[in-house]
Amino acid sequence: MSETTIREPLLVELSSPGRRGVRFPEADVPAAAVPEALRRTSLPLPELSEVDVVRHYTRLSHFNHAVDIDFYPLGSCTMKYNPKVNEDMARLPGFAHIHPLQPEETVQGALAVMYYLQEYLKEIVGMAGVSLQPAAGAHGELTGVLIMRAYHRSRGDTKRNKILVPDSAHGTNPASSAMSGMRVVEIPSDDRGNIDLAKLKAECDDTLVGLMITNPNTLGLFEEHIEEVVQAVHDAGGLVYGDGANLNALLGIARFGDMGFDVVHLNLHKTFSTPHGGGGPGSGPVAVAQHLVDFLPGPIVEVVDEDEENGPTYGLVMPRHSIGRVKAFYGHFGVMVRALTYILSLGGEGLRQVAEDAVLNANYLRVQLQDTYHIPYNRLCKHEFVAEGRWEDAPGVRALDISKRLMDFGFHPPTNYFPLIVHEALMIEPTETESKRTLDAFVAAMKQIAREARENPEVLHEAPHTTPFGRVDEVKAARELVLTWFDWPQQG
Amino acid sequence: MSWKVAPHLKYTKNDEWINPEDGTVGITDYAQAQLSDVVYVEITVSEGDEVQQGDIVATVESVKAAADVYAPVSGTVVAINEDLADTPEVVNSDPYGEAWMVRLQIADPAELDGLMDADAYQKYCEEREA
Repeated sequence: MSETTIREPLLVELSSPGRRGVRFPEADVPAAAVPEALRRTSLPLPELSEVDVVRHYTRLSHFNHAVDIDFYPLGSCTMKYNPKVNEDMARLPGFAHIHPLQPEETVQGALAVMYYLQEYLKEIVGMAGVSLQPAAGAHGELTGVLIMRAYHRSRGDTKRNKILVPDSAHGTNPASSAMSGMRVVEIPSDDRGNIDLAKLKAECDDTLVGLMITNPNTLGLFEEHIEEVVQAVHDAGGLVYGDGANLNALLGIARFGDMGFDVVHLNLHKTFSTPHGGGGPGSGPVAVAQHLVDFLPGPIVEVVDEDEENGPTYGLVMPRHSIGRVKAFYGHFGVMVRALTYILSLGGEGLRQVAEDAVLNANYLRVQLQDTYHIPYNRLCKHEFVAEGRWEDAPGVRALDISKRLMDFGFHPPTNYFPLIVHEALMIEPTETESKRTLDAFVAAMKQIAREARENPEVLHEAPHTTPFGRVDEVKAARELVLTWFDWPQQG
Repeated sequence: MSWKVAPHLKYTKNDEWINPEDGTVGITDYAQAQLSDVVYVEITVSEGDEVQQGDIVATVESVKAAADVYAPVSGTVVAINEDLADTPEVVNSDPYGEAWMVRLQIADPAELDGLMDADAYQKYCEEREA
């Protein structure tokens, strides 16, 4: 780290013996002794007052970047602004103060939220059923693959063990497939950034579980032959899994169900404007076509009784051949309230405009930057595009240097080094919530950095200069991994 | 970008090299430059294992990416380089020497004929840079 680094002490360093944040009142019941066998003799936790802890974490929060501070074009993550009305709704006592073990008749409003969200998500992606259980995107992927496996097994089709993943897919797709015990075969892209159809067809045989496809893909490009791709997989008896992480580009315009997909997961924390980037929590609902509805994880909210006077009664139901629970209780309920709020705030027209503006913003940046940065698959993109962070006449400058330098302008760096099919990748996703003024400021910064790369590369190599922490030595951090203060050599 | 190609080795499309003389296997200078600083190497096979051409024998992790290393030919693993666990940086500094990963007793020398020689591999790298 650079010499200007501000060092925030750790809580263990701020600790002072006997200091405490809470003084409990004297017990008004007899004390019960903890059995000797369960007691430990030392517990080296820091001892601090409440104000010590609050100041520590508040100072740390000032070192952080957030979408509420400035532009956050982290490709594939859809770091859009999250309207504060979502937070208001999630904090309503009827949502915030309920317990998951409460009887169903006492939480009908909460169940209605889940029911409406299920219905809206089904309509948005054109699928027959949805489960809100999965905790985040990759969890949704794993759930989707387990559903595909259960479907084949239920038909006695047990030799299928292969999942195809294009090289432009999200990096979690092969991991989710491998985790469910499947064999992963990577399919290359063609020179327009589409999946290579011939290579795909060559792998479509009777061992195929399915294809995991991200559409638009991680190049920000819509698969131009999507119907042929889906047909090839279906002809071989396989299923098509859609990674809906890039749904922001398609809202109200195209639906996975209409493209023939069998399973998709959605990222409420990306497309539907719930907070992420600071640990979430996320939410990755899985939606399926009619023939997979019975396999969904549960419970799912259904209308269990319809009364003309009192309206519907909602209940929690387990699908008939469910793969089981994938999450304790009902998934991340607070995230669902925020996502439903977002959907209702915008309405159908508004959601469509989200996609239109997201695509417009991405193409505006792409065209503004295409003469300065090489864009290998340079065609009309969807919500994001991928540029190369390198120039022949600036040897030694890498995507990482450009990204670190962007921090000096107050911007979060784009996604680096992914997808792997672009050299020194800079994956840029502006989202719909950014104004032209913000986009223009970003373009100006990117152009200045491109000039600096030729004229003064040192300023890039040493960046960032204006942040509380300078350039972190990622290599040293990875090679000499120290995860706790107690293992730090200086502590002895 | 520049990279070195060793004349006496054979190469795969996945950027592994194999020494036809002693059966040692590693990743190429081009591959290590693409990966950037390597922070972790795990050899995933043990001495005595039989591997088929294309089986995973190691995984390499850098600050940028993780990559599998595949057996260039079929054979029996006769040695693994245990030092790499503590010194992954030699993959960057000496990819064709100290950073050998496994040594294979080559089952079928004819499989070597399907690999690229140094000239062909050099061209293959140049094409990808274009």
